[in-house]
Amino acid sequence: MDTLLALLHGFTVALEPSKLLFCLIGVFLGTAVGVLPGIGPALTVALLLPVTFKLDPAGSLIMFAGIYYGGMYGGSTTAILLNAPGESASLATALEGSKMAKAGRGGPALATAAIGSFVAGTIATIGLAFLAPWLVEIAVHFGPWDYFGLMILAFVTVSATFGDSPLRGLTSLFIGITLGLIGIDKLTGQARLTFGVPELLNGIEVTTLAVGLFAVGEALYVASQRAHAPEEIIPIKGSLWMTKQDWKRSWAPWLRGTAFGFPIGALPAGGAEVPTFLSYSTERRLCKYPDEFGKGAIEGVAGPEAANNASAAGTLVPLLTLGLPTSATAAIMLAGFQQYGLNPGPLLFAEKPDLVWGLIASLFIANVMLVIINLPLIGLWVKLLAIPQPWLYAGILVFATMGTLAVNGSPVELTMLFGFGYLGYLMRRYDYPVAPMVVGLILGPMAEAQLRRALQISLGDPMILLENPGSATLLGLSFIALVAPFVMKGLDKFKAAED
Amino acid sequence: MANETITRRIDRPALVVAALLLASAGLVANDASQQTIVSTYGLGPTAVPYVVSICLAILGLTHVVVAFKDGIPTPDKADTGAILSIVAGLVGLVACIALGGGFILATALIFACTARGMGRRAFAVDFAIGLVLGLGIFLVFQKLLTLSLPAGPLEHLFF
Repeated sequence: MDTLLALLHGFTVALEPSKLLFCLIGVFLGTAVGVLPGIGPALTVALLLPVTFKLDPAGSLIMFAGIYYGGMYGGSTTAILLNAPGESASLATALEGSKMAKAGRGGPALATAAIGSFVAGTIATIGLAFLAPWLVEIAVHFGPWDYFGLMILAFVTVSATFGDSPLRGLTSLFIGITLGLIGIDKLTGQARLTFGVPELLNGIEVTTLAVGLFAVGEALYVASQRAHAPEEIIPIKGSLWMTKQDWKRSWAPWLRGTAFGFPIGALPAGGAEVPTFLSYSTERRLCKYPDEFGKGAIEGVAGPEAANNASAAGTLVPLLTLGLPTSATAAIMLAGFQQYGLNPGPLLFAEKPDLVWGLIASLFIANVMLVIINLPLIGLWVKLLAIPQPWLYAGILVFATMGTLAVNGSPVELTMLFGFGYLGYLMRRYDYPVAPMVVGLILGPMAEAQLRRALQISLGDPMILLENPGSATLLGLSFIALVAPFVMKGLDKFKAAED
Repeated sequence: MANETITRRIDRPALVVAALLLASAGLVANDASQQTIVSTYGLGPTAVPYVVSICLAILGLTHVVVAFKDGIPTPDKADTGAILSIVAGLVGLVACIALGGGFILATALIFACTARGMGRRAFAVDFAIGLVLGLGIFLVFQKLLTLSLPAGPLEHLFF
């Protein structure tokens, strides 16, 4: 009952005209960047952080959440019409979606994606609203050792478990953690790794790293690969609406997709790729028309699209209740909270219920807005793809430098931005994931602080980490998650050798 | 035999990554060893850097192993001209800000250079678009967001 009351109160906040406006701007921007290939919600929020730091915190955070949800909706458009997924979360959608579009069924594909996203987003947001207070109850009793265990688990799962290569993921993570060491140590005042450069004393700004890696790095990468020409847009033929048959074939995949997306998004493993592919393969197995798969089966669009939206809501559970980001966008949203001096976690629910519940309520509103602006306005979004790429990326770089200049206009900061940009380009080129690096920079210093706090309480006895059931379990899970991919790989090799 | 030499080839990018990781490990450890402030109890400011340094070293050594085995994925061919053009724009931008050239000029520079890198062949037009864009952003920031962007001669002309 308390949850319902809190949520109702949240709606009174979220329905204020100014908040509605922020929400609308967010979903519009989110859809736009979701549609544009190569620009994702993480990059957009990162670009907007410096611009919004003087605006109202609740409004800005509502806008960021709108961008996150919108990106998940918009991504399906390019995946279906261009066979070029706007971000990794819509890779699975592209498989069947583009086939449907080629077969002249682009309309129903877009419709099932949008309505499925709405259904999944709404159910998952209800899940978030009811799960969050419960998790907060548990998190109140967390000691620093538990938080430390949780962060280690997040490190391992974000970088090692779900990437292509655990080695490259961990390398990216540790570059981030190393960057996180730079600056004045908060407990002792000792300057670390600053090499006498005064600009480094305050540490590396998360926004500088994120904008560098995502915006500058992406622009460089796209420019370097320009020779591989983009594909043509497939025009939408026929009706946009789904037939009765389409509805009948879509509803179950939507619900199953939600069931995959929400819990996996909420785990400290996070990410949208895993649930979307799980959903895709499940639908493929369960489909009553298995021969249609590979030629444009509507189930293959409905399931993954629902899964990726549900996972976005799932990601917000650990972010809001524990302050634990499990995806790149969540990591940057955490930076957004921090720029207003807010720390997500149990305390935030107690101290700023207006903000937290307003944000959760606004997610319902964002979902409604998104399904409205996505279906009838689909033609408009497709036109976005006609913006010449040179101007698009030139504009992104202008935005990237603008944000950095507005906050800290020193040439040192700009040089760092571009240095990170070039690093991001090289990492993309050699297939190193960039998200673990951002997570490492944000969570690294937090993990160190929790570890040191834990050891101060235990008077330096490290056994406290293993004596506590919570942290012992979490560290045990981290160890399994770290070792599992290597063991599996070893097993694979063993099998291959036997053949 | 020929086949063997190809698969046995050392992966140079992986070795470079390994060298960089080992160098960072050394750097972090060296920095930690020179710190003077220590905590009275619990972990001091040097403990975590040492752990990170060890992990970086392990990752570096693993990259050495990888370099002699499978290597890291070989990327597609990159368009060096495009990269150079954008990098020139970025360097120009830093120089422009450092020398007091102002935001609008810097914006025009990065806009035109990026567009060129992405394949457009109309530098003057793009430069003009960049100037207008820069002016617009400068006005919005100054008037609406009350954030100040670096000003140069062009900005002083308007205000």
